[in-house]
Amino acid sequence: MSDLPTVPAARAKAPAPRRRRGRRVQVTGTDRVFLVLMVAIPTLLVLGWVWVPAIASVVLSFARWSGVGGLDTIHWIGAENYKNVFTNYPPFYPALRHNLIWLVFLFVLPTLFGIFLAVLLDRELRFTRFYQTAFFLPVVLSLALIGFIWQLLYSRDQGLLNGVLNTQIDWYGDSRWNLWAVLVAAGWKHAGYIMLLYLAGLKGVDPSLREAAAVDGASQVRAFFSVVLPVMRPINIIVIVVTVIESLRAFDIVWVINKGTNGLELISTLVTQNVVGEASRIGFGSALATIMLVISLVFITIFLSTVMRGERR
Amino acid sequence: MSSATTATRPQAAASTTTRARRRRSPARIVLYVFVTLTALAWLFPVLWALLNSFRDYHYTSLHGYVSLGGFTVENYVHAWQQGEFTRHFLNSLIITVPAVLLTLFLASCVAFVVARYSFRFNLLLLGLFTAANLLPQQALLIPLFRAYREIPLPLWMSDSGRLLDSYWGLILVNVAFQSGFCAFVLSNYMKALPHEMFEAARVDGAGVPTQFFRITLPLCRPALAALATLQVTWIYNEFFWATVLMQSGSKFPITSSLNNLRGQFFTDYNLLSAGSIVIALPVLIVFFVLQKQFVAGLTLGSTKG
Repeated sequence: MSDLPTVPAARAKAPAPRRRRGRRVQVTGTDRVFLVLMVAIPTLLVLGWVWVPAIASVVLSFARWSGVGGLDTIHWIGAENYKNVFTNYPPFYPALRHNLIWLVFLFVLPTLFGIFLAVLLDRELRFTRFYQTAFFLPVVLSLALIGFIWQLLYSRDQGLLNGVLNTQIDWYGDSRWNLWAVLVAAGWKHAGYIMLLYLAGLKGVDPSLREAAAVDGASQVRAFFSVVLPVMRPINIIVIVVTVIESLRAFDIVWVINKGTNGLELISTLVTQNVVGEASRIGFGSALATIMLVISLVFITIFLSTVMRGERR
Repeated sequence: MSSATTATRPQAAASTTTRARRRRSPARIVLYVFVTLTALAWLFPVLWALLNSFRDYHYTSLHGYVSLGGFTVENYVHAWQQGEFTRHFLNSLIITVPAVLLTLFLASCVAFVVARYSFRFNLLLLGLFTAANLLPQQALLIPLFRAYREIPLPLWMSDSGRLLDSYWGLILVNVAFQSGFCAFVLSNYMKALPHEMFEAARVDGAGVPTQFFRITLPLCRPALAALATLQVTWIYNEFFWATVLMQSGSKFPITSSLNNLRGQFFTDYNLLSAGSIVIALPVLIVFFVLQKQFVAGLTLGSTKG
């Protein structure tokens, strides 16, 4: 880690971009061809595999199409799909609610807890490597596998949780509980991820800032809230955006449990069901996809403007 | 990790007296107890799976899970056979290795141009790539799925004759999604490289290929190693695209094969434990061996403010 320009390098390189700004390098002949290819090939891939489908989703959301047959079998029906989503599609509001619960839960518990852990671990504890390893371990596991591992605790008959609580609850199957059970499992991973991001940010905070606060007689809590937290603004925004995007993208764990039904509906699973399920409703599914797209683009814009501002500085 | 801790903390060594005082204070003890208990709780689900994976099903169903004894490795043998792990691990390998290599290569290309040549649109380009990495996959699913069903591939490339249900299709979608993050991280890394070196190379008549392959890529080795670690884990863990873009069960990489294993594994919990541990093993090895790289890769992308 020390040989990588994480935070210290960012500080060191600060003057460089200004020096470079506005300078243009003369490029000629074969070099120009190389440069164009180096940009064009990856760009075409990203455009063709991400942006064109994203736009196509928006376009198709105004259509009725079974997906069978050529493009000439598409019927353009205006905003009817959206009308149906909002007024005539029972799983939509539960799914929206579950996504919102997902977001609020992730934010209130695992995100804040992850930040809290990072602040604790930033205080030169002994065995810090052990602590970090423990909190960080779930981050490398896929959410689908996490669903499997937690089944060992959640199962009705053989699960540890029912054994300890002396209950008979099917934590993944009972729609009163399953969303919360899944959220705890997902939060297990999320907290570690946030802890890591935040810890790296804290290590980049100039130590003299905190020393100055201590000299001025500020308590550690006070110093954190009035000195460290404002300096950490870019990281705070990244953490918020990561949390929002993760809650919007949530899919793997509920799909592996019951394909997003019976209390585990999410917008992402509704989109998928409308395409790969028996009834292929392209236009309708695209309307749902477009709703996801719009929400995510708002936060991606916030993210990019934060990051790019840091870039230009 | 620990080396970085000490490196960035010059004041730590300065005052050993305050440190000794702090270590003995009651608040400090509470802190240690709290962090230790939390850490153990965090490890618990994995340790529980590990413990039960070595236990005999009949023994635990007779004596309950809160018991000791009945240790066996049979579960691993059965999980491996019933889950057809040989095939699925091979599929994961076929998908992950080319995807990671291609992602890193293409991302380096874009990052090099963005970082070295002051194109007016470099911020736009970077934005286009980074945003692509953050979009919800499901929002792109429908057109992509439909296109994959149409686009033909020669039979030697895909036995389905289409991009759908082919390794190629899955590799490409992973590359398209992941190269954004990598390009972003690498361009920051490359911007921090000493500028003079490139000027000298240019004066010596080095063209773009030499600057890229001979100077930039070797210098980026630490960042590439960190990103490779991260990408191997992410693509190995990738679930959604493989689930929807692969049609035949025998082509699923290991993570997506979980979909089909549910029915078999959820009836025998010791089998489930063993299966989970086996599937987690590659990323756990990466995690324990290359943790520094992994952490560096993740934090490279976020902390440059």
